[in-house]
Amino acid sequence: MNILEINDLSKLFRLHILNNKKIEGLRNIHFSMKEGEVVGLTGKSGSGKSSLMKCIYRTYLATSGEILYASEAGVIDLVKADDHAIIALRKNEITYCSQFLSVIPRVPAVDVVCERLFRVEKDKNEARRQAKDMLRDLGLPLELWDAFPVTFSGGEQQRINVARAIISRPRVLLIDEPTASLDARTKDVVIDMILQLKKQGTSVLCISHDEYTLERLVDRRLNLQHGQIAGAALA
Amino acid sequence: MSGNNNDNWLLRVRNLTKIYGEPDENTLNLTGPEYNSNICPATESIVACADISFDLYPGEVLGIVGESGSGKSTVVRLLHFDMEATAGAAWLRPYADGGINILQESGQKKRFIRNYLMGMVYQNPRDGLNFRFSSGGNIAEKLIMAGNFHVGSIRDRASMLLEKTEVPVRRMDDRPSSFSGGMQQRVQIAKAIANNPPLLFLDEVTTGLDVSVQAKVLDLIRELQQDLGIAMIVVSHDLSVIRMLSDRTIVLKNGRIVESGLTDQILQDPQHAYSQLLVSSLL
Repeated sequence: MNILEINDLSKLFRLHILNNKKIEGLRNIHFSMKEGEVVGLTGKSGSGKSSLMKCIYRTYLATSGEILYASEAGVIDLVKADDHAIIALRKNEITYCSQFLSVIPRVPAVDVVCERLFRVEKDKNEARRQAKDMLRDLGLPLELWDAFPVTFSGGEQQRINVARAIISRPRVLLIDEPTASLDARTKDVVIDMILQLKKQGTSVLCISHDEYTLERLVDRRLNLQHGQIAGAALA
Repeated sequence: MSGNNNDNWLLRVRNLTKIYGEPDENTLNLTGPEYNSNICPATESIVACADISFDLYPGEVLGIVGESGSGKSTVVRLLHFDMEATAGAAWLRPYADGGINILQESGQKKRFIRNYLMGMVYQNPRDGLNFRFSSGGNIAEKLIMAGNFHVGSIRDRASMLLEKTEVPVRRMDDRPSSFSGGMQQRVQIAKAIANNPPLLFLDEVTTGLDVSVQAKVLDLIRELQQDLGIAMIVVSHDLSVIRMLSDRTIVLKNGRIVESGLTDQILQDPQHAYSQLLVSSLL
């Protein structure tokens, strides 16, 4: 079964405040993803990888085309779906992990990781226990667990970011550069965690520049060039 | 039209409009963002807001942003019955199962709706608090209006609310005038949620507070939302407040909605020229 099917997707940015300047982000994107598949999204900086991911998550509004998602309640076009439907999917099915950690200030690391879990797991201590297990596996120093991630190093923030994305075991994980700024050991832990999710049925779209990560993680690659798919190849 | 159908909304608003002065049939056509004005050139009537429609879901936080005079506060004040709408309708699910337009109810029924089902926090604590009463007395006032008459339980609830909003309980019998601005705001929030409302309006609640106090008030609002699941309409000119609190955002200009969408979409991919200007002005 295809969990995602993208047809003729285009994204044009119209910048009214720059004399209506137009920037083409994505052009005529076609691809589909099977349930439980891990697809690597590759391409140079500026080729449209993050734009594509943001269109799927609806942070960007696609200009034309459709993104058909096989949700638990049936097929839904993420381009046209009503905002409330998107909010429900984000809560229960689709998780997006951006390249940089962007969190609510003044929340301790453990609670940042738990944020999505708190919405489904009513027992806060149980949620925190799961988060701590994950932070331990990721090698985040114990003294940082109750600190605020704003002050953390790049690699530490990255681990928080990954942990909070995968802890709720989404059906679809959109993950942008999960292993950038991590050392070799932690990189392996993150890759193993994502592979564990895959085993449980999660479909993953992953942006990466890192050959080692792609080699170990993905079933298939999609290469973007100037907002178009250049060539699909097996990993 | 009735607000009642199978959708899961808590509050449904349609074509909410407030006009000051004597409008004629062209007033709405000659005002708005395309004219960059909300003053009718023919009648000089002022369109504070017009054709405002949205659904708010239970537990959802909706942000309303826009420049001064765009009609943000008017929207929540109309819904809180602080002033009367010129046109439009609103339905609230817990009232008559969403079957009655609350804007057309009698004054007595509006007071019931406001006292039992709504809370409001104003920018200026003087609008929301009675400065002649103690902070505990202010909370008691709201509780009594919502039908609680038992003195002991009122006092217990008031001290619980003050604790929750981090106002020292030993100052329960002091007047808010002797409190700092941030504390006054937290007493106002305690009062607003005293009746456990499903719907809370927040009108520029952090404006004018210094940053560390602002942070405390925002953290409190976020906690209340998470713990109690109250649906909120947050009015602010500050996009960082909206980004922190709201799931969806409405952008107002000259009294009209120019764009509405998921908050991250409004902030990262704004469509309307005015939203783009607003986002690009963010520090």
